Order: sequence, then C-alpha cells, then structure tokens
Amino acid sequence: MSDNSAAYEKSPIESYESTEKKSNVLSKSKVRRAKILGIIMLLLSAVVMFVLAPASQGIATFGLSFPDDKFQLDALAIPSTAALYVLAMVLAFLGGTQFLKGFQRKSTLILGISFVVFVISIMIWATAGQEFSLISMLVSTIARTTPIALGALSGILCERSGVVNIGIEGMLLGGAFTGVVMGSLLGGWVGLIAATITGGVLALLLAFLAINYRVDQIIIGVVINLLVLGLTSFLTSQILVGRPEWNDAPIFPAIKIPILGDIPIIGPMFFDQTVIVYAMFGLVALTTFLLFRTRWGLRTRSVGENPKAADSLGISVSKTRYLAVIYGGMVGGFAGAWFTLGTVGRFDEGMTGGAGFIGLAAMIFGGWNPIGALGAALIFGFSDSLSQKLALINTSIPTEFLAMTPYLVTIVVVAGLVGRARPPAADGQPFEKQ
Amino acid sequence: MELELRGITKAFPGVLANDDVSLTARSGQVLALIGENGAGKSTLMNILSGIYRPDSGEIILNGVVQKFNDPGEAIKAGIGMVHQHFMLVPVFTVAENVVLGVEPTVFGNVLNTKKANKEVEEISQKYGLAVDPKAKIEDLAVGIQQRVEIIKVLLRGAKILVFDEPTAVLTPQEVIEFFGIVDELKSRGATIIFITHKLKEALAIADSITVLRGGKVVGHADPKTATQEELASMMVGREIDLTVNKTPAKPGAPVLTMSSVTMTDDFGRDLLDNINLEVRAGEIVGVAGIQGNGQTELIEAITGLLSIAKGSIKLKDTDITAFNPRQIHRDGVAHVPEDRNEMGMIGSFTVAENLVLDSYYSQPYSRGVRLQSSAIDESARTLVKDYDVRPAHIENMASTLSGGNAQKMIVAREFSRDVPLVLCAQPTRGIDVGSIEYIHEQIVRKRDEGIAILVVSTELDEIFALSDRIVVMFDGKIVATLNASETNPTEVGLYMAGKNS
Repeated sequence: MSDNSAAYEKSPIESYESTEKKSNVLSKSKVRRAKILGIIMLLLSAVVMFVLAPASQGIATFGLSFPDDKFQLDALAIPSTAALYVLAMVLAFLGGTQFLKGFQRKSTLILGISFVVFVISIMIWATAGQEFSLISMLVSTIARTTPIALGALSGILCERSGVVNIGIEGMLLGGAFTGVVMGSLLGGWVGLIAATITGGVLALLLAFLAINYRVDQIIIGVVINLLVLGLTSFLTSQILVGRPEWNDAPIFPAIKIPILGDIPIIGPMFFDQTVIVYAMFGLVALTTFLLFRTRWGLRTRSVGENPKAADSLGISVSKTRYLAVIYGGMVGGFAGAWFTLGTVGRFDEGMTGGAGFIGLAAMIFGGWNPIGALGAALIFGFSDSLSQKLALINTSIPTEFLAMTPYLVTIVVVAGLVGRARPPAADGQPFEKQ
Repeated sequence: MELELRGITKAFPGVLANDDVSLTARSGQVLALIGENGAGKSTLMNILSGIYRPDSGEIILNGVVQKFNDPGEAIKAGIGMVHQHFMLVPVFTVAENVVLGVEPTVFGNVLNTKKANKEVEEISQKYGLAVDPKAKIEDLAVGIQQRVEIIKVLLRGAKILVFDEPTAVLTPQEVIEFFGIVDELKSRGATIIFITHKLKEALAIADSITVLRGGKVVGHADPKTATQEELASMMVGREIDLTVNKTPAKPGAPVLTMSSVTMTDDFGRDLLDNINLEVRAGEIVGVAGIQGNGQTELIEAITGLLSIAKGSIKLKDTDITAFNPRQIHRDGVAHVPEDRNEMGMIGSFTVAENLVLDSYYSQPYSRGVRLQSSAIDESARTLVKDYDVRPAHIENMASTLSGGNAQKMIVAREFSRDVPLVLCAQPTRGIDVGSIEYIHEQIVRKRDEGIAILVVSTELDEIFALSDRIVVMFDGKIVATLNASETNPTEVGLYMAGKNS
C-alpha cells in the first residue's frame, strides 16, 4: 500500500455545484424523435388539406351561449373550406419547421398545439353546414372532467405515500352504487356520504393487504376492481331490478353562482355546475395545499420517497400510508357518486366505463401533482365530451369510432409522446421495518 | 456525554453477531470501531440506535442504564446516527430533510418553511457546516449531503454521534473537510464513534481504537503507536501483507482503443463525454473517480451493455462498437462487474452453474440443446480449487458464499478464459482483507501474462496499489491521465473533485 497520508493535508474545495450539464449535441435518438414528430404534424396537415377541406362546404356555426343566458354572444360563423385550408397551412408550417430545424425543447408544446389545431379542424369539418353548440360541449367537458380528476387525485394520494392504487375504477363503481342506493332511500347528501365511505372501506382493504401483508399492490388493485364489478352487477340484477325505487336517486341540481355565473362562456362552464363539480375543484386545491404546505404532506411524501429515512426519524410509515390511502379511497368513492347522483340518478352495470383507469393516466400525465392531473383530466374530459356532442350532429364519423376517442387520446398521451414523468421513488414498494 | 456498552450480546438465527461486547466512548473524543464486514459493527450500532434490542448487556449513558425500544428513544437520549447510506429524501430541500419529524408549524399543521430554513442556518453556522437550506438534496455533492445528515442529528440534540463508514463515498478532499468537522464537533464536547474498515483513517482521526472480529472485541489499540499492519492482523486474525508486489509493467500493443466515445441519457445529458482511452497488453490502467462520474457507463459501453451515441471502440484491430454483449464477451472481454449480486452471479444457481454462465452455450458445456453436466462439474471443480473458493462445494447455491468467496468465484469464471482484455469494476468492494489480497495477486498475475487490464475503483488505495497508469474520471470525462509512479493521491484526489475540468 502506498503511503498517501499526504492526501490528508489541508486543501479546501469551495465549489460544490451540481454536476448536471446539458449536452450540446443532440443524440441520434433525439434527432429521430424530432423528425418523427415533424412527420406526424405534416401527416395531420395532409389529412386536413386533402381529406377534410375538400369534403366540407358551407358555414360552420358554433353556438357560444345558451338561449336563456343573460348576456348573449353571437354564434361563431366560420366558412369551413377556407378555414380548413388556413389551418392546414398552419400545421404544414409547424410540421415543416419541426422536421427541418426542430423546436427542440419546445417540440412537445408545438406537438400539443398541432393536436389542438387538428381537433379544431375536425370540429369545423364535422360542423360544416350545420350548427354545433360549443358552449354545451365546454360545459359538459367540465362535468366529464370531474370523475377523472377526482380519480387521479385518489391515485395521487395513495401513490405519493408509496402505495400503488389501480383499484380506482372499483372505488368509483362502488361509490356510484352505494351512492345511488342510499341516495334513493335517504336523499342525495346521505348518498354522497355513503359513496365516500364505500371508497374509504375499499381503500382500507388495499391498505391492510398492501401494508400489513405486503401483497403485490397491482394484484390487490385488480382484485378490488373485479370484486366491485362482480358485486355491483350481482346486486343490481338480484335486488335493484326488483326494486326500481332503490335505483332512483335525486340528482344534484346545478347551482348557479350569482354574478360569476353570468359571465359569458366562463360562467356556465365553471359557475353553474353541481356541488360535486365544485367539490372537485375544492379538493384539488385542498390536496395541493395539504401535500405541499403541511406537516402531514411532508411526512406523506417522505414515506413515498424514502420510507427508511422517515422511519429512522421516528415517523410511522404504516400509519402515514394508511391515512393517505384511506383519504385517497374516500376521494375515489366520492368521485363515483358523480356517475349516479351527479348525472342520471340511476346505476347501470359497469357504468364507470374505465374512468378510473383514465384517471390513473391523468395522474401520470400530470406528474403526480393534483394541478397537473386536473389539466390532464381536462384533456380527457374534452375528448369525451367532444365525442358525445359530435355524435349528436350529423357527421360521417361512425359513433362507435367517436366513442373510442377518449381511450385513443389516453394511449397517445401515455405512450410517451409527452416525455417521462418521475413517480415517487418508493411507489409500490412495501416497507419492512427491521 | 459518556457512553458505555457492557456485555452486549445479540444472536440471530445461526449467527452470534455480538458476543459480550464492551466498550467506552468519552466526551470530546473519537472512538474508532474497526473490523471486517460481518465482524458485528453494524449490529452493534443498530443496537445503540435502538433498531435492534440486545439479548443481554447494557447501554449506559453518563452512568444511567438505558433501554431503547425504537430509534425515536435513542434519538431522545442523545444518540445520533449518520448512516452509511444517507437517509435523505432526494427530491426534498435540505431544510425539509432536516426538520422531517420535528417540523416547525403554524396553525397546528402548516409548515413554517422560513423557521425551518433558519434552524438549519443556525446549526450550520454554529458548527461551520456550510449548506444552503433551500437546495434540493439531489443537486448536492455527496460531501454536502453528509453535512445535511450531521445537521439532522445535531438539530435533534445529539451528544453522541455515530458515523457508519462516513468516508466511503467521499473524495480525499471531502475526507479532509469531514475530519475538520469531526474536530469541531469534538471541541464542542461531542462523543464520536467512527465505524470504519479504513485503517489509515482510524489512525488519523481516532483517540482510541477498538477492534472487532467475529462479533467479539479482540483488542484495543492506541492510534499514536499502532500501525496499519498491526490493526489489519488484529482484524483478520493472521499476518497480513498490505502491499501488492509487482514488477514494472512491460506494455505491448494496444488492446482496447476508445475514440471520442460519447453517451447520453434520455434527457440529453452526457454520461460519457468524448472519452479517449487506450489500454495496452500487459498493463493495468486504473480508473479513479468518485462513484457516479461515468465509470459504470464506461464499463457498460465497452461490454456493449449500453449503446454509445458517438465514437468508436476497438478491440485490437476489430471495431466492436456495434457488437452485441455476447459477441464482445466471447471474442475478448472478461468482465468482473461492480455489483456482484446484481450482475455477477445468480444467487439461486449453484456454484457450478454460475461458473459457466458465460459459456454454457458452447462446447464442451452443451451439445445441441443439452447441457453436459459432467463437463460443467469437472471444470467447476478445477476452478474452485485453482481460485481458492471456499467452501469448495460446487453444488452449493452461490448465495451461500461469503462476499469474498463469491467474488473469487466470479474472478475464476472471468479470468479463466483466454481473452486479451479484462475489466474489473470495484473488484474488492465489501470483501475481507484476505480475499482482497488474493484478488489483487490474481490481477497482477493476469497482467504479467500479457493481458490488458482496466480496473475501476473508488478506493484510491486500490488504484495506487494496482495501476501502472491512472486515468481520472469526473462528470463523464477523463480529466487526467497519469503515470502511477509519477503522481500521488493528493493530485489524483484533486482531479477527482473536478479541479482543472
């Protein structure tokens, strides 16, 4: 061994900067990605230019106000063919620039803008020569965003504490079921509470198996989904069919907020909705505050990131996880009530239609952040609402295809076009105390 | 605060981890606790910090017998543990990490971030532990992260600080700074326990040294008079020669030539930045550097496990840049990986199976689709004997081997093939002194056979013991190429810390 006691002489190092550095050269895969994005945009442009534009005639009329609104906005009248050619040129310009030069760090944003332009093109093409109530589509976007955003919030609460929850769908469905039954028997508010409790109980099952018995969390989630699906279908056919009065709950009415509710477009969208929708916005704000500004949030995130560290500081990992998972489950159950008490007032088998899974996608797309997840949920809510409303007017797109849209959008979004989000470091990892 | 352990005994199924251990640590002094892996140091410290409870024996603080049921109680009693693997949340700020569990709040539950930042600043000023409370942990150098850990235990009022292998992840310069911090803590009356297997550091910083072996205290030493050789012999229980005997290298033709090799990650950051490296036949090139500066990527680029963005890699005259890992491995690169359990072996396979993991598909170990177990066993028996793998039962599961013997098994597999280039990543990490001695001899023997050898190590001592030439990596770049005989650890340490880059 060489004598290196010299290494211990004083020679202080002052600068400890982050060693992170951006590369100046684009790697091959980045260049390829930029080219692919450019090609996608050019293809979208070609579709608008050669398929949509020639096939559309006349004026597309978009309604911006409901007939009984206080302030009426004139309907937007757009000459469809000309507008489509203009939009095609915009897409071609963006795509061409992306392909040749690349927008680099902004390319994801540009891709997003291109999709928006494309969606507008589809709407103009579908509406050509007809009238389309844009405002009612926007209002229903907010409504349809609600269960997805709440589902995402449910997932965020669980996963921020380190427990993967793919049982959101089951929690939604369970909440929808008990919500309608209790709502029918004892009134809407009791139904809402019952739905919330149902979600909490299902989450308790998840927490118990995941934390105490360290069962694989994916499996528990699948089991919860299947269990609730089977149980609610069974109870529907065995009990609700025979007693229709148990499946007929009052629907929460839209509550218009004075003054704010009269603002054109914004008013009907955000200030003339049901209590469940308002609660969704409230919960997103509240959860953001709780997670990032309180002691509870700091501890919850710490057990989701590094449970060993939290444990070494005397924080009970299992207690913290239990609390977060049950809170998350209650949000999920509450979200379920939207399907029954917030819309139709009755329960149908499997009526949640995968909203829980789309919520999961919104959670990931939103980077495990409530506000981000709300933004993602709005995209899914919009595509859902658009497909519903387009089915109402006379378009040449088959309705079955339109119904696929939200799921298609989910795949496109999650497939990684948007870059990778970083989950909590200990997400899904059981914690074993030494 | 004075700490005394009296007759601590702790048994786990099949192992007596601590056997009647007694020691004393005094206020304002540093007690170094040295011993090999498995000597019972960690168990003892886990008992002290309340993670385990002893089967018998007493923990006495200032004359009062203590009973810790969980880590919280040990913290309350004034014992602070700085773990080898930092207990930090990388995405939190320094202040958030420090106050976690004792957060200052307003209105009962709302975090008072300002106060948290101030508390951190106060401690960091009082003890000279410069750190920005608002910085995110993941952006900080390891040395700074360690300061955060120290601030964490000081904030909780620790009087006894236990450092578990504190210098394992530090650069030589950071080690000097760390020793400065220890001096400062000492002067303020803290009791310090320093767990290490680096004898030189124990001699440099400790006021007294206690040696553990096989769960027992085997002796005490006075750092003023003891030598490394004496301590090593006490640790191992036999005479140990710490120097590696080797003759000057006789480098031949280039075997590995890397030209302008660049590798980027998914986010466009450079993992390897324009690497030019040449390893010649019959020489050992040591790659020095703090962990995480591109050494892993360097090895994985050569072995074809990661693909590179630019540049070329040549083995003798063949361009292997586009080869797949099996082609590279088969045609000329032996690889002792840095994490033996992750990449070097399969714990649930037998020793014999592990010894043919790289060649099971070829003659004579398989014929068609059938494995030839007699050929496999025969070769395994020879290798186990030649490379001194103990116990020499080839049908044992690899996971039953000790770290040193598992590593010898991997070395046996890789060194027994006739290839021109051998890569050894952290060849002696976490293994006993006896095995280190043996593996170093094997590496030098291989060199003398005319093989080109690339050794990656975060241990400067190992780099200096083995290398004929030394390259230093920092931030994905080779920042220095030096002749081992013409440099010294201080110079290499400066390069490791990023000077001149």
